[in-house]
Amino acid sequence: MTLKIGLPSKGRLMDKTFEWFTARGVPMRLAGSGREYRAESDLAGIAPVLLSAGEIPRELAAGRIHLGVTGQDVVRDKVPNWEARVCEIAPLGFGEADLVIAVPMFWADVDTVHDLDAAAAAFRQTHGHRLRIATKYHRLVREFLRAEGVADYRLVDSQGATEGTVRNLTAEAIADITSTGDTLRANHLKPLADGVVLRSQATLFKSRTAGWADAERQSLAALLARLELDE
Amino acid sequence: MTASAAVLGEAARLGAAFEAAGAARVETDILQPADILLDLYGEDIRGRAFVTQDPLRGEMMLRPDFTVPVARHHLAGLGGPCAYTYSGTVFRQPPDGVERPAEYIQVGYELIGAPDAVSADADLFARFHVMLAPAALDVATGDISLLTAAIGGLGVTEARRAALLRHLWRPRRFRALLDRFSKQLPPAAPSPSDAPEIGLRSREEVAARLTRLEEERAAPPLSKSEAEMMDALLSLRETSANALSQLRDLAVDMPAIQPAVTRMAARLDALAARNIDAEALPFEASYGRTSMEYYDGFVFGFIAPGRPDLPAVASGGRYDALTRALGGEAPAVGGVIRPGLLVELGLAP
Repeated sequence: MTLKIGLPSKGRLMDKTFEWFTARGVPMRLAGSGREYRAESDLAGIAPVLLSAGEIPRELAAGRIHLGVTGQDVVRDKVPNWEARVCEIAPLGFGEADLVIAVPMFWADVDTVHDLDAAAAAFRQTHGHRLRIATKYHRLVREFLRAEGVADYRLVDSQGATEGTVRNLTAEAIADITSTGDTLRANHLKPLADGVVLRSQATLFKSRTAGWADAERQSLAALLARLELDE
Repeated sequence: MTASAAVLGEAARLGAAFEAAGAARVETDILQPADILLDLYGEDIRGRAFVTQDPLRGEMMLRPDFTVPVARHHLAGLGGPCAYTYSGTVFRQPPDGVERPAEYIQVGYELIGAPDAVSADADLFARFHVMLAPAALDVATGDISLLTAAIGGLGVTEARRAALLRHLWRPRRFRALLDRFSKQLPPAAPSPSDAPEIGLRSREEVAARLTRLEEERAAPPLSKSEAEMMDALLSLRETSANALSQLRDLAVDMPAIQPAVTRMAARLDALAARNIDAEALPFEASYGRTSMEYYDGFVFGFIAPGRPDLPAVASGGRYDALTRALGGEAPAVGGVIRPGLLVELGLAP
């Protein structure tokens, strides 16, 4: 059996991941014409598998791949009790993104999570429904707001263009990934000062549930030695 | 997890005992409308319940408790005092990393519409106490109305009082609010922004809250002695006899809690009249402050000794505010027993 490594299948995240492995003596590249979703590596016993970055957490948790590169945010959101099923081997130093709660810039009265809670209470009285927060990170945001003791909100699902939901009147606030804050500003939104739900970056994860026979363990040891990492 | 024959047998025995005490058996749907539960419990319940989709009726939840459907059943009826019993499966996601079944049987007993709260509380508790006596469980009691009365009497603005009452069930935010209200805030309030107005929350709503912030800054801080009395109340943990005497002392400086203290004394008398060693019952003023958001009066739990890892074997309390939130006006008190835990602990007969 070979050691299966799940790698992001497109975009900057894929390029950066290939670069990261290649720079550490484990060349990775797209196989064939470059349109084919297949990658290859020179290191024996290793099989790179291209997957959508959002699916890598699920595959790791199910043990269908041994290692995988994806964001800490998606692992924490998609994998219940994630620490029991996967472990972090190394942060890769790119793909930095913060999951933040953001509100319209003109809400001069709302700067903190405390303000958001107070505004939500007043909003519910005025409008007769709970203040809506659009996000695709339901679990993370709900756990954060529960720990902070925020009430009178509801999460609405937004799988993309989340920054536009406030203008489109489908939400009053959002919780989304941002790296520079440019998209937030362009959409007249500002992050809450203490509303960082999670700081995330691309990370190499190991599945605790995959089959770890001697062959896979040896391949892992060889790979980590080449990458100069500890398990 | 499918209930074993032993658990079903224990559930039937408990349900029959409630029926023998005069309770009418009531059945409820497993699929409950999600919006009612979300409005009552807030978004948190999505992380604790199972949500599913009905193409016609919209979002539904697998019944996370019986209290809400039974209270709605009562409010839809003719009214008048009623005792109900029910038995069935409830569905709850165990917390992350906790290995507990996500579905289990509850057998419950609810007294809805009985005008005399003190005797209804005592009747209900005595019923559970007798039925669970052979299991020799630890008992916990509390009274949320003492806390709400104390907040009602604090020397704070109405806006601050409303915020404290709203967050009584979130101990961390409640503590943060008390600390915030005890401080003299810096005078500078944020000035309005000229960024574009987007979304449903209007510029007027923002301006209104800026005005409230201004007012709040002008409000005097919560006095040190009041904050200390609140702390003393929240941390009170004693036998009922000692708790009552400490509460009577507190009521001298906190007269707002006097009616609740008088009610507690009457309840202890009523329990003693039902052959319960009321003075020795453990009392915790903060009991029931987490995850039981709808309780607003007497609360109780029966807990397996030495098993803090397990949920309460039985629990219950008064929930007048819940029936009010459901659009009715019916005093109500109720509780549930988990026959599965009794069997698991070897405490079922």
